[in-house]
Amino acid sequence: MTSNPADAGEKTSSNNKVIEKGDGYSIIRRSPWIVHFNTGACNGCDIEVLAAITPHYDPERFGVKLAPSIRHGDILIITGAVTKKAAERLKRLYEQMPSPKYVIAVGACAISGGVFHNSYSVLAGADKVVPVDMYVPGCPPRPEAILQGIVKLLEKIGRKEPPPKE
Amino acid sequence: MTISKIIEVPYALEIPVGPQHPALHEPVLLKAYADGEEVVRVDIYTGYNHRGIEKLTEKNTFYRNIFIVARVCGICNLVHANCYVRALEELLEKYPNDRARYLRVLAMELERVHSHMLINAVMAEIIGFDSLFMNIMRDREYVMKAKEVLTGNRVLSDYLMVGGVRRDVDSVKKDRLLKLIDRVLPRVKYYRRVFMEDDTLLKRMVGVGVVSKTDALRMSLVGPPARASGVKIDVRSSEKYDAYDEIPFNVVTRKEGDVWARMMVRWDEAIESLNMARYALEHLPSDGNPVPDERRLPRRFPPGEAYTRVEAPRGELTYYVMSDGKPKPYRVKIRTPSFINIINTASVYVGYTVADLPVILVSWDPCISCMERVTVIDPRTGEKRKVPVKELAGGGSRRVSQRYSL
Repeated sequence: MTSNPADAGEKTSSNNKVIEKGDGYSIIRRSPWIVHFNTGACNGCDIEVLAAITPHYDPERFGVKLAPSIRHGDILIITGAVTKKAAERLKRLYEQMPSPKYVIAVGACAISGGVFHNSYSVLAGADKVVPVDMYVPGCPPRPEAILQGIVKLLEKIGRKEPPPKE
Repeated sequence: MTISKIIEVPYALEIPVGPQHPALHEPVLLKAYADGEEVVRVDIYTGYNHRGIEKLTEKNTFYRNIFIVARVCGICNLVHANCYVRALEELLEKYPNDRARYLRVLAMELERVHSHMLINAVMAEIIGFDSLFMNIMRDREYVMKAKEVLTGNRVLSDYLMVGGVRRDVDSVKKDRLLKLIDRVLPRVKYYRRVFMEDDTLLKRMVGVGVVSKTDALRMSLVGPPARASGVKIDVRSSEKYDAYDEIPFNVVTRKEGDVWARMMVRWDEAIESLNMARYALEHLPSDGNPVPDERRLPRRFPPGEAYTRVEAPRGELTYYVMSDGKPKPYRVKIRTPSFINIINTASVYVGYTVADLPVILVSWDPCISCMERVTVIDPRTGEKRKVPVKELAGGGSRRVSQRYSL
């Protein structure tokens, strides 16, 4: 504490900076809100993500909650082989998310296109459109695996500074 | 009728998902034009989930395609695989034994139960009855567990093989399955009663989205939407594929034709399906191993064509497979029930309010993703604002708050 007003002003501004860089990002890990987007999935992963947010698996013990809109979301869950038509929407959606933002690719299709990787209308892989922080393999992954992916991402967020994102 | 307001409903694209409502289904775009609260026209746009599967099947061998067609739709993957596999069996003239046929029926009926429970849960959620949604989803886990015990995986199990199934059941699994069925059956009956008696649900569903029998035939509806309008159409009873000729069941029909009737048909069918699953387990024939030896399956397919149909949870599903003697199929044509039910019913929305739109849409059991946002355009000022469909579902334009606008 200092009585000098000029010093105090400097200190608060520097404090704000520290919060913005460190704790401001990692505070997300206490209660991340997830948003789910289907980029051309077969619904297999979608119903497992849906099952993962029901009381049987109880994601709220990790503070995980489904956000009502992409603008409230912290973590974007992508399912499905990214079709060319859905890729534009995925890009736009990612840009609408407030920073800091993280992306989880759920299922074989979102990781590499899965069985659809040869198709003419599929980009194969969510990481070709947006940066992906965590991959959850499986066709479809179990709800437990999806929750584990989220928890691992939260640990990762707590451990290090997030990559700079616009 | 002057159009004073245009409401665009991009059911997938700009903004993806809603509260407790992850993108359940394939994305589709509904554009609704409204006069005040009344919907005057609905345009339907599709193609956001086009993965080129029919072309993909021409690039892969007959056997690899079993895994691809199972991923047309994850919710009804077994019926897709069953339809395709039966087409291959028709080409090869190699048929499964009785035990395999019973096991196929058992797996498909469990899938029907979980699909019907899922869409009823989504309906409860769209109406705004979130606790009912959570309860149905909790009891649906028993069905998923039963599917896992039987097929080895919760959702996509690739259970079907040409000439049989991939896993047999022993007495331990049989007891577990029977126990799970006993557990879920009273719950399904309870939820059926909730849908019969609960005022919240009845007020939103009864008399909404009425389709007469004539209209249902004219729009060539299939599955539960057609049966709710009094059309007795069910491929299980007309085609009697697999073991459906030996397992007794009733085709559930209703006369009302509204949203409520469609959901009730699904509950009644879920009860029928559970009884069928129990019958199949109790009368499981033991005429040999239902699992064929994969190494001994014929590698060559004779030239020819096959056309098969199955009753998917959403209605009639057909596959046409053509072979020209090469290792890969010449043509595979898939006709899915959702597409018929959604594309042909654009006229049903007309005359109902904007708040009824999501309720009617969900009642088709659509394969539609991310039903979350609409754009309200005022043509006089050109002002556009976006609101989640969830808000509309909660009680019409009164609830469309600026808070959610972009």
